[in-house]
Amino acid sequence: MKDVIIGLEVHVQLNKLNSKLFCGCSTKYHDSGPNTHTCPVCLGLPGALPVLNRTAVEAAIKVALALNCEIAEQTLFYRKNYYYPDLPKGFQISQYDYPIAINGNLVIEGDSERNIRIRRVHMEEDPARLVHKGPIEKSKYSLIDYNRSGMSLLEVVTEPDLRSPKEARQFLNKLRNILEYLDVFDGYLEGAIRVDANISLAGGARAEVKNISSYKGVEKALSFEIVRQKNLMRRGIKVVQETRHYDEARGVTISLRTKEEEKDYRYFPEPDLVPFKAKDGVPKIKETLPELPDAKRRRFVEQYNISEHHAKVLTSELKLANFFENVAGKVDTNQAATWIADVLKGELNYRGLGIDAFSPEHAIQILRMLEKKDITEKGAVQVIRTLLDEGGTPAEIVKQKGLIKVGTDVIARAVEEAIKENPTAVQDYHAGRNEALHFLVGQVMKKTSGKADPDAVNKLLREKL
Amino acid sequence: MIGKKDVEHIGWLARIKLSDEEKEEFTGQLNTILDYFAKLDEIDPGVAPTHHVSGIENVFRDDVMKESLSQEDVLRNAPRKEEGFFKGPRIV
Repeated sequence: MKDVIIGLEVHVQLNKLNSKLFCGCSTKYHDSGPNTHTCPVCLGLPGALPVLNRTAVEAAIKVALALNCEIAEQTLFYRKNYYYPDLPKGFQISQYDYPIAINGNLVIEGDSERNIRIRRVHMEEDPARLVHKGPIEKSKYSLIDYNRSGMSLLEVVTEPDLRSPKEARQFLNKLRNILEYLDVFDGYLEGAIRVDANISLAGGARAEVKNISSYKGVEKALSFEIVRQKNLMRRGIKVVQETRHYDEARGVTISLRTKEEEKDYRYFPEPDLVPFKAKDGVPKIKETLPELPDAKRRRFVEQYNISEHHAKVLTSELKLANFFENVAGKVDTNQAATWIADVLKGELNYRGLGIDAFSPEHAIQILRMLEKKDITEKGAVQVIRTLLDEGGTPAEIVKQKGLIKVGTDVIARAVEEAIKENPTAVQDYHAGRNEALHFLVGQVMKKTSGKADPDAVNKLLREKL
Repeated sequence: MIGKKDVEHIGWLARIKLSDEEKEEFTGQLNTILDYFAKLDEIDPGVAPTHHVSGIENVFRDDVMKESLSQEDVLRNAPRKEEGFFKGPRIV
């Protein structure tokens, strides 16, 4: 898909701050009723004045540094004027000329490494949340909740360097990962991320798809757009430049007839907020930057001697990386990497759970039992599943489910029985048919309820036959 | 010079309905204002734009939470409300 050109405008909420961008209202409104976290400033009441949250600025600079941006010497806020119920003042305080940071980049790893340029990062306030009963184009009115109004947003704008919906998704995942490493963002909260995507096909025109509010939604909305634009071109219909709205429930994009263009926003410097020198804070903030995903990945490979693939999976989420490091010191690191990245991660994904759902202590116990060959790999998987589905402790589960690997005497007895009971298979084996051995191994496993070590069974059978 | 079309568009941006007489009247008034400002374009000041005149920079507050207003107070003056929400027109 070389002919697809995608650029993203990603709005991320700095939802780990205590207070909003310009007022002291709490950011922890997600479990509260509508309009319970507002004040004259975020309601846009006449005379109310915004005062900039210092920690929000520091967080913005952290993100910009992590995205290898140049931080502005001096930066300004602007008023972006448009009249819409989610903006109580009739304008949004945003940035325009002199954004806080420009010219960064982020490397995504798909089939190969790809460098995605970041055009700019700027700060702005979040509008309110609009609720519509039923589909948006059919509802008669909007319900407005100003709890979200005034939350700190960062807008990260890429150059049109993405070449497929999949790359767009990879970019978002990587960005989310970095934001979580920086501890400025909780991606699980509702409204944490919203994306506008510009997409065009070679020989066509650009469509701007707005209102994408999930990671999966980005890939879906863009895939839909590609099909739509390709179909138009195939039928000889001209693709027009337009704004489209993504309808998440239906997975389609709808044309939005907006008459507003950039000049209609009548940007002008916000008189109530004075300029600030962003670059002055950089040296101090740089010292507080944590180890970022790429650096951690390289360290994991070096320090723990695990595969590049495992290091990539384990560092794809800060919590997972911390989990691995908790476990890795206590057991064989390679085994830990394999079990956490391949098995545990898979079981968690299947259940839609995060790594929080599993205790590192339990992982250590299970891996130790495996190391001592007390349980089989199959048994270990069963313990993990039971812990996730029913709870308990590994020791209890092993006992309850009888997962302790059976001793050699029991295996020996089962082997003898299997040989005695299956003379045809024994004959076949001697006739050189290897499947017969597999069959006999199966019989022994059945007799020991799968608790025998398959290697031991194999070895013993060969000896006895 | 701006024409009647521009005034209609500006009216739409502000969500204000204008009568034909008003459109005429505002076209004239807005052009007078624009002419006045056009005089400024004749000067080449040779200095960087002034965004703020106070000379004050770097004003911040600490990230400390303060009490918000109660939902009841917030909605007290709202002409239309429903289940704790403000009720407004749908604009798409």
